[in-house]
Amino acid sequence: MHLRVKALESILVEKGLVDSAALDAIVEHYAEDVGPKNGAQVVARAWTDAAFRQRLLKDATSAVAEFGFTGAQGEHVVAVENSAQVHNLVVCTLCSCYPWPLLGLPPVWYKSNAYRSRAVIDPRGVLREFGVELDERVEIRVWDSTAEVRYLVIPQRPAGTAGLGEGELAARVTRNGMVGTALL
Amino acid sequence: MNGVHDMGGMTNLGPLEREENEPVFHAPWEGRVFAMTIASPTRVNLDYGRHQRELIPGPEYLPMTYYERWFRSLSDALVRRGFVSPEELQSGRAAARSAEAAPRSAGEIIAGLSARGSYVRERAAAPLFAVGARVRARNINPTGHTRLPRYVRGHVGVVERCHGAHVFPDSNARLAGEDPQHLYSVRFAGKELWGEEADPTITVALDLWEPYLELA
Repeated sequence: MHLRVKALESILVEKGLVDSAALDAIVEHYAEDVGPKNGAQVVARAWTDAAFRQRLLKDATSAVAEFGFTGAQGEHVVAVENSAQVHNLVVCTLCSCYPWPLLGLPPVWYKSNAYRSRAVIDPRGVLREFGVELDERVEIRVWDSTAEVRYLVIPQRPAGTAGLGEGELAARVTRNGMVGTALL
Repeated sequence: MNGVHDMGGMTNLGPLEREENEPVFHAPWEGRVFAMTIASPTRVNLDYGRHQRELIPGPEYLPMTYYERWFRSLSDALVRRGFVSPEELQSGRAAARSAEAAPRSAGEIIAGLSARGSYVRERAAAPLFAVGARVRARNINPTGHTRLPRYVRGHVGVVERCHGAHVFPDSNARLAGEDPQHLYSVRFAGKELWGEEADPTITVALDLWEPYLELA
């Protein structure tokens, strides 16, 4: 693939259709600047600031824009909250829709045929493979991202974190926790 | 189109494989394919881009990795839209500079990727369904791009949220205009989708446009 991709890039650059420096910048933007640390800040704020949590649940698009987390694949955001009774799980069965400004580009498992196909019919089984064993009474709400609305799961705050500040809490929030395939 | 990309509900597509500390790109070429797709003049709109990936024939699509799909659909779209000839792709050499040579700069692209955008559009007609309405996903089988997965067609769910009118992918993907339609979050019970044996604690919500729905 390496050689074929290189050949295509040189064709596009020679033809004046793309600029190599722009490609470098795009790669760097998503490899370095945008990632799950963004979403983790939002979750930590929701855990510590009740007014922010209300804004986030009511209009997540505006609430995450307060952090400057805007852009492609994050035009419309809905935040869904896990509790002792409800667990949320996000998938895109048709392709790989994912909230880029909050979580960066999706991991391979999220884009895999196995996850895309099974998350909607056997979410409990999928979660078990991620090591998440939920009580059988817990309601599982699956969100299939079929439009330009992106879902952010607010995980339950881990026990024993009462004394932690927002930054320390954010460090406890994982990417999988914000997709719903991990508990914290 | 009823393609293999519409895979919700299948159960034999292989094991779930996870990787600890996964890098964003697994090889430099993946990043280049991603970036070329973003910067390419074929990126006319999101729905068109998605449709290009769906046009990869199913037997080839299934075993491809994610960025192999992106590479294939980018190459195909460049030829389809006349930016690159099949001969150029074959030889790996540009025959001539493109008449449309005007590559977007790094600054312009990054600003575009970071700006606050919206797919909400004006639509004169009021929404047909209110929150709480029971709606059936229509049993339709569009031959072009659609965001109505097969696994909900014919099934009844409840409108949970109205998102306003959004760009309609079925139209936008074939470059026939944005044709905004009201968009709803519709929740289906697991038992409704997967039968009486299904886990009663499961529900699945999808965002569906009005033309996909009828009152149940």
